[in-house]
Order: sequence, then C-alpha cells, then structure tokens
Amino acid sequence: MLQSVWDGKIRRDPIGPMMRAKRFARNAVVFCFILALVAGIFAIAAWQPALAPISPPPAGSIDSSLIKRGAELAAIGDCGVCHTAPSGREFAGGVGIQTPFGTIYSTNITPDEKTGIGNWSETAFQRAMRHGVRRDGGYLYPAFPYDHFTLVSDDDDKALYAFVMTREPVHAIPPANELPFPLNVRLVMAGWNLAFLHPGPYRADTAHDENWNRGAYLVEGVGHCGACHTPRNFLGAEKADQKFAGGEAEGWTAYALDASSPAPMPWNADALTHYLSLGFADDHGVARGPMADVASDLRSASQDDVRAIAAYVAAQIGDQGPERPNVAHQVAVQAARGKTVADTSADNQADVKTLRDPHGNDEGAQIYAGACAGCHKGPRALPYGGINLALSSGIAGPSANNLINVVLYGLPAAEATHAPIMPGFINAMNDTQLILLARYLRARFTNNLPWSDIADSVREARSAQRAMTAQQAPSPEPAPAGTMQRITDEAQHQ
Amino acid sequence: MKLNINNSEHDVDMDPRTPLLYVLRDDLKLNAAKFGCGLGQCGACTVLVDGEPIFSCVTPIALLADKQITTLEGLGTSEQPAPIQRAFIEAQAAQCGYCIPGMMMRAQALLQKNPHASDAEIRAWLEPNLCRCGTHMRILRAIHRAQAMMTTAQEGSQG
Amino acid sequence: MSGAPITLSRRAVLVGSGALILSFSSTARLLAQDSGVPPTAPPQPSAPPPPGSLAKAPFLDSWIRIDADGAITVFTGKAELGQGIKTALLQVAAEQLDADFGQIKLVTADTALTADEGFTAGSHSMQDSGTAIMNAAAQVRQLLIAVAAQRAGRPADQMTTENAAVVAPDGRRFGYGELVAAELLHVQAAPQSVLKDPSRYKIMNRRIPRVDIPAKVTGGAAFVQDLRPDGMVHARIVRPPSYGATLVGVESGAVEAMPGVLKVVRDGSFLAVIAEREFQAIEAMRALAAAAQWQETAKLPDAENLPDFLAGLPSQDITVLDQQQSGLGGAKTLSATYSRPYVAHGSIGPSCAVAQLDSGTLTVWTHTQGVFPDRDAIAEMLHMPKDKVRCIHTEGAGCYGHNGADDAAADAAVLARAMPGRPVRVQWTREQEHACEPYGPAMMVKVSAALDDAGNIVDWDYGVWSNTHNMRPGGAGALLAARSLAEPFPAPEPKPIPMPEGGGDRNSIPLYKFPSAKVIYHFLPAMPVRISALRALGGYMNVFSIESFMDELAAAAAADPVEFRLKHLDDPRAREVVSTAAERFGWSHKPRAGLPGRGYGFAFARYKNLAAYCAIACEVEVNHETGRARMVRAVAAVDSGQVVNPDGITNQIEGAILQSMSWTLYENVTFDERRITSVDWATYPILRFSAVPDAMEVHIINRPGMPFLGSGEAGQGPAAAAVANAVANATGHRFRDLPLAKERIKAAIGI
Repeated sequence: MLQSVWDGKIRRDPIGPMMRAKRFARNAVVFCFILALVAGIFAIAAWQPALAPISPPPAGSIDSSLIKRGAELAAIGDCGVCHTAPSGREFAGGVGIQTPFGTIYSTNITPDEKTGIGNWSETAFQRAMRHGVRRDGGYLYPAFPYDHFTLVSDDDDKALYAFVMTREPVHAIPPANELPFPLNVRLVMAGWNLAFLHPGPYRADTAHDENWNRGAYLVEGVGHCGACHTPRNFLGAEKADQKFAGGEAEGWTAYALDASSPAPMPWNADALTHYLSLGFADDHGVARGPMADVASDLRSASQDDVRAIAAYVAAQIGDQGPERPNVAHQVAVQAARGKTVADTSADNQADVKTLRDPHGNDEGAQIYAGACAGCHKGPRALPYGGINLALSSGIAGPSANNLINVVLYGLPAAEATHAPIMPGFINAMNDTQLILLARYLRARFTNNLPWSDIADSVREARSAQRAMTAQQAPSPEPAPAGTMQRITDEAQHQ
Repeated sequence: MKLNINNSEHDVDMDPRTPLLYVLRDDLKLNAAKFGCGLGQCGACTVLVDGEPIFSCVTPIALLADKQITTLEGLGTSEQPAPIQRAFIEAQAAQCGYCIPGMMMRAQALLQKNPHASDAEIRAWLEPNLCRCGTHMRILRAIHRAQAMMTTAQEGSQG
Repeated sequence: MSGAPITLSRRAVLVGSGALILSFSSTARLLAQDSGVPPTAPPQPSAPPPPGSLAKAPFLDSWIRIDADGAITVFTGKAELGQGIKTALLQVAAEQLDADFGQIKLVTADTALTADEGFTAGSHSMQDSGTAIMNAAAQVRQLLIAVAAQRAGRPADQMTTENAAVVAPDGRRFGYGELVAAELLHVQAAPQSVLKDPSRYKIMNRRIPRVDIPAKVTGGAAFVQDLRPDGMVHARIVRPPSYGATLVGVESGAVEAMPGVLKVVRDGSFLAVIAEREFQAIEAMRALAAAAQWQETAKLPDAENLPDFLAGLPSQDITVLDQQQSGLGGAKTLSATYSRPYVAHGSIGPSCAVAQLDSGTLTVWTHTQGVFPDRDAIAEMLHMPKDKVRCIHTEGAGCYGHNGADDAAADAAVLARAMPGRPVRVQWTREQEHACEPYGPAMMVKVSAALDDAGNIVDWDYGVWSNTHNMRPGGAGALLAARSLAEPFPAPEPKPIPMPEGGGDRNSIPLYKFPSAKVIYHFLPAMPVRISALRALGGYMNVFSIESFMDELAAAAAADPVEFRLKHLDDPRAREVVSTAAERFGWSHKPRAGLPGRGYGFAFARYKNLAAYCAIACEVEVNHETGRARMVRAVAAVDSGQVVNPDGITNQIEGAILQSMSWTLYENVTFDERRITSVDWATYPILRFSAVPDAMEVHIINRPGMPFLGSGEAGQGPAAAAVANAVANATGHRFRDLPLAKERIKAAIGI
C-alpha cells in the first residue's frame, strides 16, 4: 500500500501506481515549467544590455584637475589594493578575494582594450559603480563593493573614470573565479541586488551638518568602510541593523566602529585623523593588516576628506556611555605605571602576582619578558617603538585573532619606507606557547574576560599563509604628544 | 634548562628570558650567528628552529626547550663543508662577511623545504636579511649554486 | 744555515753600486715581538725615496720576515675591512718572493708589530702597502739570491727562485730559511726593485680565493666580536641622547644591585655598566639609561632645508682650480644646484672592542681603520705613554670609513682602566651606531657651464659647499669618550684635506678638458652634526653633480651622453673605460627606451683623478603610481692598473654600485631640533633584496706592469650619477636633491 502524505492520513490508494506515476510526472513537468517561466521572467527583467565599446580617450584629452580628483577618490576607495596583485602591475587585477562562497579574482581595470576596461564608456563605468553591472551587461559580484560605490556622485564617478582611463594599459588576464553553481551564473546577482542593493547616489541627511554629510558620503560610499567593519548575513550582505558592529577582512578582525569599539583608550576625531593619515595614533598603535594599506593610501587623499571621514567615524563610535572617561583614565594610569624599562625578575614576580588568569602562567610571563618587553616596555615612542600593550585593541578586543596575527607575522620591513618593523614569531613559538602568551597578555594588560577562542585563532592564523602588508609610515618627525603623555605627567604628579 | 643545538644536548644555566643569540655566542662560543641590531630588523642573528628561520636576538630560550636548533656550525665544517658553505666559498660571496651566516641559514631553510625555489622566490625569501656591503648579487649566485649542488645530490641519491 | 757573517754589500746588491749600509740593531729586531717601537727611520737624504709605504718604513724587515725554519711572515700596516686586502697582499708577496701562497703568514695593522701606514682608507692600500710589499719582497728575493749565489759560488744571474728556495744551475736548492742570517733583512729598501715580469705572473692577476672567507662561512673566529679571552666581562655604554648633553644625575644604586652587574662607571658624562654576562649588561644598560638625567643643549639644523643651511654658514673659500678665461663666448649657459643630505655608514655590525689593562700596558683589539692614530688618541685620553698602549686590528663589519670603531676602542680603554686585569668587551647597540657615528657630511654644489654652437663645453664654473670629510687623526678630542670625561678633551678643529686627495673637494675637478674652468671649495668649519669620512668622501657628491650636469649639458647640446663625454675626454684610459662600459652594456641600442617608466643612464669618473677609472651604464625602471625607482641592470668597466685579484676588484665595484644606489635612492639621516631620529633600520631603511638588480657585470681592463690604482671607492660616484641620469631619462624630470626618494619622484611625475 502507498502512503499518501498529502493529507497525513494513511488510506488505501484508490488510483493505482501507474496513474500515480503519470500524475507525478505531469506535476513535475508543470512545476518545472512554472519555475522556468519565473526564471525566464526574472532573467528578462534582470537582463542588462551591453553598452557599446568605445576607443579609449587619447592621452592629454582629459582635464588634469579631474584626474587629480579621481586620484584622491581612488586613494579613499583603495582601488589599487584589490586591483593590484603583489607582484603584478598596478590595477591589472588578479587578486584572489576569499569569500565564504569561493574565491573571486579582481579584474584588470587598466585602460587596456582587450583585457582591461579600455573600451568602457563613462556611462558603462558609472553603471558598474552605481548598479554593479559590467559593460557587456554581466553582473559583477559584490566582492567589488558596488553596494557602497553606488552612493558615489555623478561628478565623482566622472573623476574616477578620468583617473582610471589615464593609467598605464596593461595586458593581463586574471584567473577565473572559483565559485560553485549556481553562483557562477552571474545573473543570480540580480536577485541579490534586489534584496541588498539600494542604488545611490548619496542623499544628504538634513539632520546633520555639511561636514558630517561629507564624512558620511565618503565613508558609506567610496570609502566602503562597512564592507569590512559591518557583519554580514549568510548571503554575504552587510547586516543593515548592525552597521559598524565589527566584521573581518582577510583573516583580520575589523573592529567595531560603533559604541562597542573595544579600544582601551577612546577614539576621537583627532586620533582617527592622525591614524588614518599617518598610520598611527599615540593611544592606539600603528595601522596593520588591511588597515596598513588603507592608511597608506589615505596619505595621498585630500586631508580635508580624511578629517571628514574621521569625524563621521568618531560620531558613529560616539561617547560610549558616561563611564567611558573613567575607564579611559584607569587605562592611562595603568599604562603609565607599566612603562618602566627595567624588566628585572622582581618586576616579573610582581606582574605574575597580578594576573587574573587562574591558570598561573609563569611561562607566558617569561615569554613576554624575553620576546616582547624589550621593545614594548621601552622608552621609544610610536610609531617606531612597540606600543604600550595596555593600549592595544588587539589585546583588549573581542577575539585573539589580531594579536595572534601580529605575533606570528610581525610587521615586515617595507622597501625604502620609513615604517615600524616588528619581527614575527611564527617559527619561534609553537601553538601552546602562543596560547600561553596570549592568555598572559590578556590577563595582564586588560580587565576583560579571558578569550575563549584562542586555540581556534591560532590554528586558523597559522594555516592561512597570511601575507602581511608592509605599512607605510609617517615622516620621521616625532609625533605630537597624545593623551598618553598628559596622563603620564599627571600620574607622576599624583 | 636543556637546549638541543646542532643535534647535541646542552645544559644551559641562564635566565630563561635570555635571547638565544647570547647563549650561542657567549656560553657555547659559537661564532656564526651575529649581533646586528637586537631588534629583529636585519637577520644577522638568523638560526633555524625545527628547520625554520628565527631571529635569535629576540627569541628567549624559554621558547626553545624540546626544539631542534641549528646554527651554521651545525651544517658543516671547514673540513667538511655543507653544500651551502661550499657554494658561498666557491662564489666568493662575501665582502666583510658579517651578514653572511644569517643569509646562509635563511637560504638553507628555504632550500630544505623548497629545493626548486625560483630566483624570484629566493629574492622574496631573503627580504628580512640586510647586507650593507652590497654583496647581494653574489649571495644570490651562491644560493643558486647551493641549490644546484643539493638537487644534484638528491637526484644522485635517488638514482 | 745562519751564522755566516755578512760579507756581501747588501746595498750593492740592491742598488748595484754605492756604499755599504749595514745597521746593527741592538735588539734583534728580526725576532723581537714585543717592541712597541715601529721600525721607521728616515731614508738616506740624497737618495730618492723607495716606493709606496717603504718611504715611511724603509727597512725591509718591517715588511718581510723569514725565520730559520723557512716560515715567511709579511707585515702590513693596513687592515682587512672585508675588501680582500689580506689576500691581495699575500698574492703580491708570494708572487715576488716566488713562495707558496698558502705558506705565507700575514700580520695586519698592529702598533707593536707593523709599520705605521696611517689609515686603511682612501683606496690607498694597494697603492701604498701593496707597492711597499711588492718592492720589499722583490728586494728580499734579490738579497736571498745574492747569499745563495755566494754559497754556490755562481753568479747571481744564474740563480733562480721557486717555492721559497733559491736554485743553483746544478739544481742545488737553498731554502730561504737557510739563507737568512740575523740581520740580513735589516737594510733599507732601494728606490727601485727588480720586479717579476707581469707576463710570468702565476699568483698576481689571479682569482685566488680569499683567505678570510672559509672561516666566515663555517663559524670560525673572524671578527673582533668573536674574541673571548679568559675572564672577559661585558660592558654597555649609556650615551648622551644628543650632542654635548651633560649627565646631570644618575641613581645607579638599583642598577648596581642587578644580577651580574660588576660596576657602574661614571666619569663626568661618560656612563657605562660592566656585567659578567652579556644579557645582564644589556638589561643593566636599559635600567641605567632610564635612571640617567641629561641636560641637552644641542641645536640641529632644519633637516628639510639643508642646502639653505649650508649656504648660510660661514665658509673658508679654497680655490681648487683657476683656469678661467674670459671671452670664450658660449651660445648657451646652463646652471644647476645639487645637494645631498647626511648619509650614514650604517655598518651592519655595530662597533665593538675589547681592551685589557695588564701590568701597566693597555691592549685594545679594535676594528679601527687606523691603529696608530687611534692608539695615539687613546694614550692621550688616558694620559699614558704611547708605548704602553697597543692597538691590534681585528676585523669588524664593513666600516666604509670612520664609523664608531675608534670610539668603541676608546670606550673599552676607559673601562679596562676601571677594571684592571680583566678584558672588557664593549658592544655598541644598533641605535648607538646609527645615532653616534660620524656621518658623511651634507653637501651642496652649484655649477654652471657654457656650450658653444658645436656643443662643446667652453666654460665651467663649479662650487662645492661642505664640512671637512675627515676628523682623524684628531687626538683624544676626536673620541666621543674623551669628550664626555670629567676632564674632557675638546673636539679637534676641522681642517680641509689638501688636494690632490681632497675632502669635500675630492673629485671636484672634472677629468674632462675644458678651455676654461674654475672650481671653488667653500669649506664650512661649523659642524652641528657629527661628521667624518664616508667612503669616497666628497667624491660621491662631486661625481654625482658633475655627471648629472654633463647629462644636462648633453641634452642641451642634443648629444648622446656617451658621445658627449668622449668629446671632452682625452685621457686614453678614461676613454677606454667609457667605451668599454657603453659597448658591453649595448648603449647604442637600448631595447626598452621609450617604454613607460624605463630609462638609461651613464656616468664616469676617475677616483680622485689619481686612482681607478670607472664607468657605469645602467637601466632603471620607475613605477608611475608609487614613484619607486629600481635599477634593473648595470654594466661597469674599471681600470685599476696592474690587477692583483680580479675577483676582489669585481666584488668592490659590485658592492659600491649597490651601496651607492642605496644611498642615492633611499638614504638620509633624520633629526629634529635636538636629536638624531634615524636610529635603526626602520628609521633609516636601506637596500633590501626586493630592489636588487636583475643583472650586473663588471669588466676589468688590466694594465700589466702599471702602478696599482685603488678601486675600493671608485664605483661610488659613477653609480649615483648613472642612476640619477637613468631616472631622469625614465621620467623626463631631473632630480638634483638626494635621495631620489619615491615620494619625491612621485611628486614630480604627478598623477
């Protein structure tokens, strides 16, 4: 007897197997037909036309001030970071961007006619920025963050176009994307766009002043900060209700830029401006990981724009509640107290005693004293001296991820660049030692709960061949005294 | 504590925070690893730990129990030089020679795990090591020479 | 068989005529090890001086010693700096003595044992010491032949030498050891020698492998850093944080109680700590530095505006060349101003020294370039008689001139005095080496020239502004330690080095032939930043400026840069290096000319117009987005006179090209109003492997029988100009202010 599931009851089958099979087949055909119809309608609705190819504009025909504006915007957009492979030519693509869905390779955006975008009209370029569609009508993947670039104004799109079309043409074909079916059918992005793309351009928020709006325009638009700093849903789209609540990029934690910012000392607009334009801030440390590229690029951006970005981000972080200044003061006093150069065994014993980690951890203390204290407890100021670890977001933050990255890979020397150098300990420390050190640092330098995920961070960091970006650092002049200095002076007079 | 250096156990009575470099040079009287900066910036102090390069100037011995430490002295001697040593002598790859042991150890680590490394890979691999005399061309030639010696020897032993 | 009285006239043997000069030294000079008196004596008043350093130390046994068992020792007052001089001098001696290279022992600069040859600097080693040893060895050989001939009863011209023996026509062999008698070699050298014919060289002009490399690649003891005499203790200095800072106070009690600390030494503003173990010394140093309080008074110039600063300093104007004629009428006049910042030696191994005071005698093992002047300075500093201070050269890392070595020696001496009997090892830190070493001075050049209608240079007007390039010998005041003591010694007055060697004016006279030319050296005595000799001295900047300007003139004359140079060069050896470099490079067809970001450059100079000739052609690529310039390929041609070790020359030229490229593209000492801020490799980045060229060739033109020409510095200036000219060719912009940092290049080439 067949069980019928249609009405949940077991009953005798009055129709018979042959008829049932025929009926099933007929239903299946109808279902497939409807599906195809829907898909067809979808495809027709989603289809984008190819735009006519053009010849690239001749050299010298484009207004140089427009190109300059484009360059400044490209500096904020970090175009080169994704579109330039480590040993490749500028903007010639080929960078593999790891997503949960597979690897997507950046395209060649030099004005090469055959392999780049040399025959894209300005309209085609803007359509890509605004709607995520290529010249030939194919959809782009939001690894190219057009969900942010859609906010870029028409004028700024023109400037970016001018910049991109005046780069050196390079003949280069990037590797093919590695995406499973159906994601390798670009048309499916039309559905994603329907749900998650809110086409721009940016519209000013009248509740805020011009400067705020300028910052918002840059951050939400070409700066695409949320692409790293906002968590994503299972479809890979940013969660609109958790803007700037923190995300990840290339194996690094991108810290929250909202009220839950984990920095021990609070960020303000000045500190952010300094950090973004010079690559470090006294009370926070040096830009590393993907932020090293961002800070490096922002060196060539308009400094007015950088200030606007910093002001907007500072506004997102806000004052973090009424208790924040007290907490900050405590951090500063703690940091000042810990900053003696001599790391005698007496110091060591005292430090070990103040650990909150119940597992003791003499070994972590020893490792710190031998491998880290020399630079991190030394008198040398940022950015070239080691950061005072009480000020480190890497140690105070929600996961051990970034700390582990830095300890394993350090800050490699950058060719011909004044930049801090930190040795990596990937070959000197095994996983056990790394975990002991991380636990010790967490316990010694913060009042936060111990991490629960250190072992995972370690395993993952070690297996991912993390390419550490070399940091472009500021000029060699000493940095102006930050909050730290004032608090230190205060602490000494208490 | 006990340290395994060049395949022999050494009993070292030092503060465990002491960087390996000073233990090698002062206690064990090994000359090859050099003090260049003490900051992990120049690579003159490079030795191998479990076959991988480290800066011995910033690695406290507390980290090194139960690990295999290899210095240049452990690769070969003047009477029986290792391929990398023979290669550097044959290529006359030194001017003052101060940076050379660090270069050799760094290169040795690469050739041990990637015997067919390309010239570009060798250059990228050597980035952490500085040479002030400008011996870079010769150092590269010497490493290629060592590579040829080592792969020939391997093929010979497999033949 | 020694003991036979000397009955022949050695002088007669050496000069072929003249009176016999025998001098009887009261202490058997041949065998004494401990005499601290260097064996010098003035040569005969009326005879011309013997060649090279023999003029200063004319006795043959100052250079060559042969023991009764046949062991041969050669002495040189020069030091091995990594330039391969030990090997080259051994080659010279072995060749002229007809002895086995491997059997000769070489003793280098030691105030107790060797001649005083001043500093191993200025590319003089082959010219001075090599020449002395070559001639001394040849004359020793003559003497040995004469003695053997007498014993064999044959004429001297029938005797031959091989393998450290004189061979009679009948095959009888007289080993050198049997021929030597007590005073045989204690005779002054003759002005001329019977030298071996270069066509018969078996060892000179050969790539003999360097004698020092095997130890360096197998962990042998090779450097002063490797010395570990019994009882040695470790010291670290706490240096003032800025020039002239005085130590106001230091609470050293806690430091003295630290584990292993033996002593904290304070003498005025000189502050140091001595401990049993090295890491203990390091930790004590950090604590001591934190506990020290300084009063700082230094005022440093504006690092961003050094040319203006230099132009504003009071100067003593020295006319280097005045062959100016008026009325020659140029169709076109060009002018340019060039500059370079302070550049650091940046020795990869920070300076180190070991010193021991034992029974009133102080011994210092040091990598100073000049053991005699350093000894004199230390003796003066400690108020000791010179013969109670012995400085023994022991190799350090490459110094490229006056780095921290002399100061480290002085530090060790002061501390040895504080711990009599024990060897004290002073190791400078990386930060100290970077911050305290004397730099190559900042310089500025202003030049103008006139071209006639045919594109010939008809007038040349050149001025160079610079400090002295040498603060040695300077007595005790040249030593940092001596300046910090409670009874300090003042820094010596700077003095210009006279031409033809020159300091800031080294190579300021172009080798080109101009009908009218004037060169003025604006010597600047004021030195707010510590400076002294850096490889090539003024030669680097002057050649950079001259050769950049020659390219600018060539462009104005619409001439090829190589042809333009040849048009103005009549020295045939110069012409040959220029042509050789151009031809070997393929200058006449440049495959990538015109490609975006590619450029080609050429430069030439004869170092000091006296030493080696060097021409360099190179190809450079410039990244448009970043402004980063990289040398892709270089071809050099060099003429060093008689070649001793071709590999040594190649090594030095390759090294000079890469080092000079690093200076030119990357380097400048940084400072704020008070302190040096470039104190490590992060703040003073230099060349790393990512920028090393793809290919480099060095072609040596051998000149058999001609005098040795110093080559260690010959590549420095031409490399700088070749790179600058290539960058100009690649970008269409001329950069005249060094370094050619990528930020500067990017700013000029724009978006």
